[in-house]
Amino acid sequence: MTSQRSIPLPVPSPFTKPFWEGCRRQELLVQKCQDCGLLTHVPQPACSHCLSPNLGWMQASGKGAVYSYTVVWRPQTPDFEVPYVVAIVDLDEGVQMMTNIVDVDPAEVHVGMRVEVEYRKMSDEITLPYFRPAAA
Amino acid sequence: MRTQTEMAKHPFHDIVLAGVHNTVQAKRLDGHTSESITLEAVRGVMDDAGITPRDIDGVSVASGGRSGLFQPSHFAYLLGLGPAWNGWTNGQGIGAVLEAASAIATGQCHTVIIGAGSAGVYTELASTAPWTRPHNEFVASWGLFTAAEFALIARRHMHMYGTTPWQLATVSATIRNNGHINPDAIYQGRGPFTPQDILDSRMVADPFHLLDCAMTSEGGCGIIVTTAERARDMKQPPIYLLGGARERNGPSYCYPPTWEQTGYVGRDAARKSFDMAGMTHEDVDDCEFYDPFSFEIIRQFEAFGFCGEGEGGDFIMNGAIELDGKYPICTDGGLMSFSHGGSAVQLLQKVIAGVKQLRGEAGNRQLSDPRVAMSTNGGAGALFTDVMLMGKEQP
Repeated sequence: MTSQRSIPLPVPSPFTKPFWEGCRRQELLVQKCQDCGLLTHVPQPACSHCLSPNLGWMQASGKGAVYSYTVVWRPQTPDFEVPYVVAIVDLDEGVQMMTNIVDVDPAEVHVGMRVEVEYRKMSDEITLPYFRPAAA
Repeated sequence: MRTQTEMAKHPFHDIVLAGVHNTVQAKRLDGHTSESITLEAVRGVMDDAGITPRDIDGVSVASGGRSGLFQPSHFAYLLGLGPAWNGWTNGQGIGAVLEAASAIATGQCHTVIIGAGSAGVYTELASTAPWTRPHNEFVASWGLFTAAEFALIARRHMHMYGTTPWQLATVSATIRNNGHINPDAIYQGRGPFTPQDILDSRMVADPFHLLDCAMTSEGGCGIIVTTAERARDMKQPPIYLLGGARERNGPSYCYPPTWEQTGYVGRDAARKSFDMAGMTHEDVDDCEFYDPFSFEIIRQFEAFGFCGEGEGGDFIMNGAIELDGKYPICTDGGLMSFSHGGSAVQLLQKVIAGVKQLRGEAGNRQLSDPRVAMSTNGGAGALFTDVMLMGKEQP
């Protein structure tokens, strides 16, 4: 469904680059503070809880639940094929991530639906972390 | 002569909105550029206040063209003001009014012209409007645009509190019916609408149907801000600034728009505005709230304390927000039906609608002797809400 033609792709910045390199290796990385231990996403130059610059990366399970979603019928640009489902996912580790829910009838998506990451290679540099209904 | 007690009041209370003007608004203003329609707004608002450039010593006018050429300094030069106070908010709606009021109240200038205009900017109609498409690397690839951002918030509220599509549609129908009877609205004569008509329109970003969303359009707006003393020599009855505040909860369209981050945006700005005015929401006669999407009206009633969190869906029912209701909204037809001009036009319109109601110039949508109007800009998805209160009497 979302095998896009030429959708806008991320241009990594110095502190988001490790996240996108992780996606390329099919690892979903979130930042973990070495001082307070709490997690930060989207990537930041400092911990979003205690402002510590001592951030490391940890691999998330790639599993979570739909927090909210919208089924889009009027595409951002013609490069997006409708309908597509934009969602905020609560990762089991406790951070939230925007994504598309794929491999599902959009009418079946609901708040609380269990989902898991599905990587799609878009270019040599960029692999995007989509989500699909979790295997039973 | 004012007493010492009166002098100790909030410095905004000596500030008057002495002129307002909307140019013709249209889906497309053929033959216009952003610069030319902005100049029409500038001329129109000086006429409305009965002043010339010689009466002005501050400028916050910017056009929404792609050229980026016409910022306040250019308009100040064009108006021949000589060295003058220039605003940094580029005519951005309530932000520009409060910036001008602060500059006047602190003696930096005495009369500020605020203006904006946009034409010929939205031309790739197969895509959503360019200013609704964020480029952030954690947003753009998911096909987000403004409607989808706000839809994620509405959906969560529906999940948490049982808010219904019918309630959203009731907001849209109410606003569009105001525009239907407004001869100056772009969508005048398009209605009347029932909530079912809204629900029957095509889906854009679930739960928002096409008619739950603001239009895109072109136009210009202008406002004159001055002192109460100078306003006495101008043409219009003075409309006083009672209070106003702005707040932002992070950059627009970069992070997941969760209810926890967005639901209360504007709450403190409203509370501060009411405190400055010495009023509560019970004193508001006219709610010129920012209406990019239907749900945003419900959210603002909650955030501003008109009702409790989660109660907004019920609050707007039973005629409460219609022209003859207790809290009439968007009396010109709002961004959904009057106009949603690009750049700062859409923001200034909310102030102008309130001023017109207080002056008694709202024609067939005139409320019965309104004393206080509340105008807002921004919205939850964009993570900012600006609030201002205006009144007919000096507080």
